[in-house]
Amino acid sequence: MIAARLQAEPFDLAAEQAALLAGRTDLGAAVCFTGLVRADEGLAALTLEHYPAMTLAQMQAIADQAAARWPGVVGTAIHRHGRLEPGAPIVLVVTASPHRADAFAAAQFLMDWLKTGAPFWKREEWADGSTRWVDAKAGDDDAAERWAKASAGVSGRLE
Amino acid sequence: MQLVYFAWVREMVGTDAETLAPPADVTTVAALLDWLAGRSDGHAAALVDRSRIRVAVDQQFAGPDTPLAGATEIAIFPPVTGG
Repeated sequence: MIAARLQAEPFDLAAEQAALLAGRTDLGAAVCFTGLVRADEGLAALTLEHYPAMTLAQMQAIADQAAARWPGVVGTAIHRHGRLEPGAPIVLVVTASPHRADAFAAAQFLMDWLKTGAPFWKREEWADGSTRWVDAKAGDDDAAERWAKASAGVSGRLE
Repeated sequence: MQLVYFAWVREMVGTDAETLAPPADVTTVAALLDWLAGRSDGHAAALVDRSRIRVAVDQQFAGPDTPLAGATEIAIFPPVTGG
């Protein structure tokens, strides 16, 4: 089971990992990834907008894909929304498995798909008061391919 | 049907949601975008570059050929930038 959560509040990495591992003695590896608001020159804050009716379900669909692909992995994925200042944590992925390779792989898979498959949009707020929506990093070809394949939903896009 | 907009699409269209009844010949996502683009200058500007537009039909990612039959909520937004 990999559980997805969506929240405005900060998360507690140690508490999340402890909760995930509680009562388990069969796990040999735990991987934690935290995404942070990077203080690019002059950045005052990031605001994460999302699609409330879709976001959590899409995050859980991504988590379920990871769980199906790495059946021995357990995990927690938390994404924040709202206004976040430089240095603030945005996203947490904790995975654990009997051996490290699966925990590492599942964590990377979760992050790659949370970035490209969950409906969040970052708006940058600069020290001079201007704002700018962050552009997706995928190239035009990638974007076109995704558009073409998007009708298959997450399951179609993950394989 | 309910249309919902996010990020710069919302800002350019000028509203976060609207309830519309497209004509009967608007049966796919691509046709809906074409029809919507004719509604106002804001809609037209937001939808001019379809490579920068993504759509979800009833909270599922959709493609240009996705049918609209029975759909209740269509979301239109830029490529996602979370994580």
